[in-house]
Amino acid sequence: MRFLLRRLGFYAVAAWVSLTVNFYLPRLMPGDPASAIFARFQGKLRPEEIDSLRKAYGLSDAPLFEQYFTYLKSLSRGEFGISINFFPAPVTTVIATGFMWTILLAGLATVISFFFGNVLGIIGAWRRNGILDSVAPPLLTFIGAFPYFFLAMLALYFLAFQAGWFPLRHAYSDALSVNWGSLTFIKSVVAHMILPASCIVLASIGGWMLGMRNTMVGILSEDYITMAQAKGLSQKRIMFSYAARNALLPNVTSFGMALGFVLSGSLLTEIIFAYPGLGYLLLQAVRNLDYPLMQGLFLMITFAVLGANFLVDILYVWLDPRTRR
Amino acid sequence: MQATPEKTLVSKSSEATKIARPWLARWPLLRAFVRNRKAMLGVSILFVFIMLALLAPWVAPGNPKKMESRAHLAPAWIADKPAPGGKTFLLGTTGQGQDVFRQLIWGARLSLSVGLSVGIASTIVGTIIGLTAGYLGGWVDDILSLLTNVMLIIPGMPLLVILAAFLKPGPVTVVMVLTLTGWAWPARVMRSQVLSLRAKDFIAASVVSGERTPRILFSEVLPNMSSVFVGSMVGSTVYAIGADVGLAFLGLTDVGTTSWGTMLYWAQNNAGILTGAWWTFVPVGICIALCAFALTMLNYALDEITNPRLRAEKETTHGKRNRANVLVTPVVRK
Repeated sequence: MRFLLRRLGFYAVAAWVSLTVNFYLPRLMPGDPASAIFARFQGKLRPEEIDSLRKAYGLSDAPLFEQYFTYLKSLSRGEFGISINFFPAPVTTVIATGFMWTILLAGLATVISFFFGNVLGIIGAWRRNGILDSVAPPLLTFIGAFPYFFLAMLALYFLAFQAGWFPLRHAYSDALSVNWGSLTFIKSVVAHMILPASCIVLASIGGWMLGMRNTMVGILSEDYITMAQAKGLSQKRIMFSYAARNALLPNVTSFGMALGFVLSGSLLTEIIFAYPGLGYLLLQAVRNLDYPLMQGLFLMITFAVLGANFLVDILYVWLDPRTRR
Repeated sequence: MQATPEKTLVSKSSEATKIARPWLARWPLLRAFVRNRKAMLGVSILFVFIMLALLAPWVAPGNPKKMESRAHLAPAWIADKPAPGGKTFLLGTTGQGQDVFRQLIWGARLSLSVGLSVGIASTIVGTIIGLTAGYLGGWVDDILSLLTNVMLIIPGMPLLVILAAFLKPGPVTVVMVLTLTGWAWPARVMRSQVLSLRAKDFIAASVVSGERTPRILFSEVLPNMSSVFVGSMVGSTVYAIGADVGLAFLGLTDVGTTSWGTMLYWAQNNAGILTGAWWTFVPVGICIALCAFALTMLNYALDEITNPRLRAEKETTHGKRNRANVLVTPVVRK
């Protein structure tokens, strides 16, 4: 419990830091952000849009810390501002449209990659210098060296555009509307997800595998493994319950940091496939200089990552009995 | 489990090379480095790219932004097919009719220099913070570690995006922003390295002999971390090259400049994929990947050379598990 509380405190600090960065960044711009944005749009904004922008940033003649509290207050009410590009939709509504798709794509791909990466690492370390152990690490390292979105470009070009095996863009067929009850819709979603998800898995699996393999190698030379061998336990039991369970801990710890990294990569992958997730929204925001949307995305993604990390911590407590004391 | 003698005993093999290459024997680390296949592979790939970038005016003369032909997306993989104007383009032309090969070579300059400068800058910042945190300990360590961990957990790309979006686009901004987001990993590595070094006797000895803290840090601790320092520099460079490309791809760098990232940006904007113009993005991506791969190989090699555990693993095992070693009872025969 104390472990979880400490972690929770850490996430609170991380959330506070990102909130504060988010508050100060627009104020670091020369002039005030609303007029700077206004200048960039050269009169394309309506007066009510500028007013809403000023309000969204909490810009007033009040001293900075007072503005800061106003900002915190409006955030706590869930007001992230109004999107310029999708005016007058609030940022939260815009983000909500993409959130589910990103969670689906990035979440699923990360879980698959983590699972198979670790299993490959376990087998690789167990059969040291076997075929898997000598072929997979350099190959996956090479693939991992490609930027995620470049893998996506290759896959899109060769497998979807040239070969025509997969749909080119979007998360489901244009002819269908969102209906999770219908089988054709779900089939279409799966068909659209295979390619982007495989790109993310392919790019990130090598890291998990190598991490697992290296920890396993260290653990396999520990005395308690020798002891287990001497006791005549089945190989499978030693492999999974004795060695792998302990080797898994460092990988679970690094999961948190990797999550942010994988998510960053998957945002770019989404753009290539015009997948309607947060990455695509981020691109829209950048293209249209939609600062409130950009900032809202930053906060939302950060909070999601922090939340996911907390879930991983709970998993960690379950895996490692020492944290339960 | 018969190991060949020269592979088990380092000293013997070093004596062997002493005769052949005396200058190398004096630098055991350098010798290990030269003999390491991964290291050599990485260094040669990097060397080729750096040379190409430096020699850009001779390798691919001309302005990379010059529009050569208007028949842009015409069949462009054309070593043999002259484009309008009687010229040939080794890798075809972009959507705006620019020479892809020339852009590739000139783009290497910007991409590699951004990558290397961020690599160096973020490692230096990270080292200062990690050294301070690890050596001083106490509340300084608590605060600096907290800051490091917070930076590590905040997802990089969205943070980069808002940082880059609010600042003036350009290479300097990119270097600054990437350093600001990239120092945390080196700092963490450095801190843990300092923590393990601080417990060593020679540090205790220098503390007892009354050396000042800065002197201990810079002439006792730091030299012992040189391999970690180089390692995180290489790692940071990989990160920086990738992140720079990502930022440029989103259009957050100055898209008027020529770099590998902006090439991908234009390829995407001109719908290079959906018009079948694969030469506008495949060569660039391969170059980026080759550079990242070379740096990663270099890092693995460094790890193999300087990490005694991995080195021992390489020298003692040939296809069998370590566990077999443990179970063998040595029998002394007379």
